[in-house]
Amino acid sequence: MADAVAGRDKCGEPRLVSLPLSRIRVIMKSSPEVSSINQEALVLTAKATELFVQHLAACSYRRGSGRERKALTYTDLSKTAEELETFQFLADILPKKILASKYLKMLKEKRDEDEEENDSGDGNDGDEAES
Amino acid sequence: MAERPEDLNLPNAVITRIIKEALPDGVNISKEARSAISRAASVFVLANNFAMKGKRKTLNASDVLSAMEEMEFQRFVTPLKEALEAYRREQKGKKEASEQKKKDKDKKTDAEEQDKSRDEDNEEDEERLEEEEQNEEEEVDN
Repeated sequence: MADAVAGRDKCGEPRLVSLPLSRIRVIMKSSPEVSSINQEALVLTAKATELFVQHLAACSYRRGSGRERKALTYTDLSKTAEELETFQFLADILPKKILASKYLKMLKEKRDEDEEENDSGDGNDGDEAES
Repeated sequence: MAERPEDLNLPNAVITRIIKEALPDGVNISKEARSAISRAASVFVLANNFAMKGKRKTLNASDVLSAMEEMEFQRFVTPLKEALEAYRREQKGKKEASEQKKKDKDKKTDAEEQDKSRDEDNEEDEERLEEEEQNEEEEVDN
């Protein structure tokens, strides 16, 4: 299977798909949901992934932080994942960046909240089932 | 089977090129952004797998197309259908070309006709290249 890094095939024609099919297959086979894939499905998945990459990049760039229009940054991507429904499935892998100190503070606050809940939770009586 | 981490990622050079095609000229992509997009692409493939789960033993082209609808990426369906047609034409062309070569090979066993068939090969290559140019897929606009 030809890996298409150069983007052109032997005759110099532009390829239909740039991403290497062998790599796409490896990713697909890494999950148990997929047993086997026919060649056309592989080509289409690769092509769909390219379209997705372009869609994500273009949307993120358009929504990006006003001033620095000459660059696409991680924050642009992370914001897009959070704000656009289409990309919400990416929210977990593109988390917002925060300072470690802020994160520690958040953890502490959460721990305090959890402790409060536990203290006020013992109101229930025993079994009330009728025999 | 142990997979190395890089095997589940797509090559940086190709990802970068695909991103650049989608953005205006001269826009830089931070390394972090590039690696994030690469991860997102892998997650996309996995999400696609999940959408196609249990459909049939061997997944085919129409499974991919319906997975796109399910994932709410309808915008990809038309360009994908075009790509599929172009791919099928390409495959058909390749098949015909290799069958033609086989025929020519048989011809060549006749010593007298050797020079003649070499000229014919060149003509056929030119015709095939012209056909491929006509069938070229257009760039996808986003």
